Amino acid sequence: MEWLQQLINGISLGSIYALIALGYTMVYGIIKLINFAHGDVFMVGAFVGFYAIKGWGLGFFPALLFSMAFCAVFGVLIERIAYKRLRNATRIAALITAIGMSLLIEYGVIYARGAQPEAYPDNVLPSTTFNLFGAQINSQSLFILAVSLGLMIILQIIVHRTKVGKAMRAVSHDIDAARLMGINVDRTISYTFAIGSALAGAAGVIFGVYYTKIEPLMGIIPGLKAFVAAVLGGIGIIPGAMVGGLILGVVESIVSALGFSLWRDAAAFIILILILIFKPTGIFGKNTREKV
Amino acid sequence: MKKVTKFWLFLILAVVIYGIGQALIQTGILNAFYSNMLILMIINIILAVSLHLVIGITGQFSIGHAGFLAVGAYVSAIITMKFELPFVLAIIIGGIVAALAGLLVGIPTLRLRGDYLAIATLGFGEIIRIVFLNIEYVGGAAGMMVSNMTTWTSAFVCLVITILVISNFTNSRHGRACIAIRENEIAADAMGINTTFYKVAAFSIGSFFAGIAGGLFSHNFYIIQPTNFGFLKSFDILIFVVLGGLGSLSGSVIAAILLTVISTYLQQYPETRMIIYSVVLVVVMLYRPQGLMGTREITDFFGKKKSAKGGI
Amino acid sequence: MGALLQVKSAGIQFGGLKAVSGFNMELNQGELVGLIGPNGAGKTTSFNLLTGVYVPTEGDILFDGKRLNGLAPYQVTRNGISRTFQNIRLFSELSVLDNVKVAYHSLAKHSILSSIFRLPSHFSEEKVMEEKSLEFLKIFQLDRFKDEKAKNLPYGQQRRLEIARALAASPKLLLLDEPAAGMNPQETHELMELIAFIRNQFDLTILLIEHDMALVMGICERIYVLDHGQLIAEGTPDVIRNHPKVIEAYLGEEVPSADA
Repeated sequence: MEWLQQLINGISLGSIYALIALGYTMVYGIIKLINFAHGDVFMVGAFVGFYAIKGWGLGFFPALLFSMAFCAVFGVLIERIAYKRLRNATRIAALITAIGMSLLIEYGVIYARGAQPEAYPDNVLPSTTFNLFGAQINSQSLFILAVSLGLMIILQIIVHRTKVGKAMRAVSHDIDAARLMGINVDRTISYTFAIGSALAGAAGVIFGVYYTKIEPLMGIIPGLKAFVAAVLGGIGIIPGAMVGGLILGVVESIVSALGFSLWRDAAAFIILILILIFKPTGIFGKNTREKV
Repeated sequence: MKKVTKFWLFLILAVVIYGIGQALIQTGILNAFYSNMLILMIINIILAVSLHLVIGITGQFSIGHAGFLAVGAYVSAIITMKFELPFVLAIIIGGIVAALAGLLVGIPTLRLRGDYLAIATLGFGEIIRIVFLNIEYVGGAAGMMVSNMTTWTSAFVCLVITILVISNFTNSRHGRACIAIRENEIAADAMGINTTFYKVAAFSIGSFFAGIAGGLFSHNFYIIQPTNFGFLKSFDILIFVVLGGLGSLSGSVIAAILLTVISTYLQQYPETRMIIYSVVLVVVMLYRPQGLMGTREITDFFGKKKSAKGGI
Repeated sequence: MGALLQVKSAGIQFGGLKAVSGFNMELNQGELVGLIGPNGAGKTTSFNLLTGVYVPTEGDILFDGKRLNGLAPYQVTRNGISRTFQNIRLFSELSVLDNVKVAYHSLAKHSILSSIFRLPSHFSEEKVMEEKSLEFLKIFQLDRFKDEKAKNLPYGQQRRLEIARALAASPKLLLLDEPAAGMNPQETHELMELIAFIRNQFDLTILLIEHDMALVMGICERIYVLDHGQLIAEGTPDVIRNHPKVIEAYLGEEVPSADA
């Protein structure tokens, strides 16, 4: 059945969006910054995974873990270099700096290795198709779905069952109170960036394995869409990012399946506009008011 | 410096610059490379000043401005290429349609604040680009061929009009209202200013001039494609305004001129250009967020120092 | 002659929380009335209701015979109510003179096109605004700062400017939200004189939120007391001073004995 196929495609795509969206939502939740460079961490993760697999001959999981670790460090570096100083600056200054970092990473990569795309090898993950209710399902789809879900579950455990997670939640509620309670805010923020970037890196490797083609500007559009997903679910709310990502992936697949593939990208932005107009706090969001 | 004196000085300066430019181009002293750069410079200045009104004066963080550039470019191209009507008419209609687009985009999005407004405008800019991508009438992804009709004269006239209009708007009660909105929207509301009206008005005026720039743009490069009008273009314009100083019209002009020159010389090395741009952007934001001029104008350095922007 | 301001059972509910409810108030022309209550009682919320920042979910607000419910803040201002804010909200980058000029914005009629094309109406009305603003600054002895950016003024002068700006809009009713916040006794005393002065000079009605009891008891003719969003007392300073409910609200309930 066609629609089941599309659904699976959509959920696979959506889980990639969700992994990236989680990083956006965690960072926004904790320091109210839209980390424009996040999509480029996804791209870096894809390339790191590629070099690990192709260059060092690593298997899927070792490459995944290596990429995640690399991106975690990379994300913290970005935070320390660019964003830390701007914690008390205007929102515009922080946003512009993030845009600048994003451009820097993209064109830095192009400068270093050229703009040409790369292709992940085909055989990283076992790829067999089997029949489920009349639809052709690829084992790769299920595999990456399982990996993504696994990562999201681990994240939930970290956020709700560890000290670090508790600190993250505290800081996103009230940064000053958290500081007064003895929480090392700087370290907590760095952890947040590290975890979010690791997830983006994972998404990059998964994307590479699934879609094979990667190139230096690949992070821009998925990055924006993942941000839309985060807003859709409720910015700053972790389950929201997961749900938002999945919904967006499914919607895009449907739009594509209905024959409007050139409008695929527009779907995300139209959803964004609708959300911002009708329910800016997103699906799971609560209302906050500016104090007059 | 007295107001009236400023005006006449500006006009004289404009005529002089125009004359010099015209002479240099007509006599061929400036070859095609340089005359093209000059026209590109003018287009960028118009874009920068139009965005300055929205972000610098009214404080509305819009990062989808390239969308209105696209509207002006395509509409004016349709008027000249498909309807074979005069260039001047095409530019004006392009501007008007862009202003209407600004109205359509502005009304729903300008009720949002800060980050959300930025992302919404980015989204709309992308939607506009994707719309043009999907319209076969204007060539879709392949783009549209447009005859070269932009001249130094037509571009310069548009520039002078742009600067005069936006400057006059700023130095009036309307400009003051917009600055009040930028400084403290809640207080502006409380002082009797219809903030929604002014935010939308500034946005539409900004879009109008972006549309004008679009008309000049499309008739200068032989072909226009949707890829010309993505968010990278919006960021380019944003960089002019931010580096020049949020709130300074002359800052936007200067930044546009400088960056056009740099970018033209680095044409051969697009990655280097982008790396330099992004490093400069980050460094400026970290160490000198007020940009080149802050909220001051170049005229503040001549004569009596006026510490307020928008004063009479 | 009816009261200038009549608030009938006004209230606002945010989700499940009733921030203010059953708020009744009557202000007559020329009165100087205080609104007090512990922190979080809903005083600023009430101001926000009166000025259109919040739309009441219950009750009516009538000003000069006109119903204000649902009007946008800028419309409320044009109907004759002006306010200052708990945290000073000046236009920092604008000059002192320009801050006051903004108050005259809605009185001028010349259009955007008139300003763009520099038509005569632009020049004549701008001139009038300039003159009026300057005169206004002189009344408040702020004219020597006229070209200074508002953010550069000392704190006390900033408060003064905010009040001057609110008054330049020619309101019939002026709402002052904690005008004495952050002031020492000397400054507070000057503020009291200023408030008395403007009430007489401009024929104003004034409603004032304050925590400084000396100020409130010193100049207010009547006082309303809010606690947890509801009115618990109303009357002259003497009545309020000794009112059991007011004392309880500020000092808390009696501590029950250990074996109760």
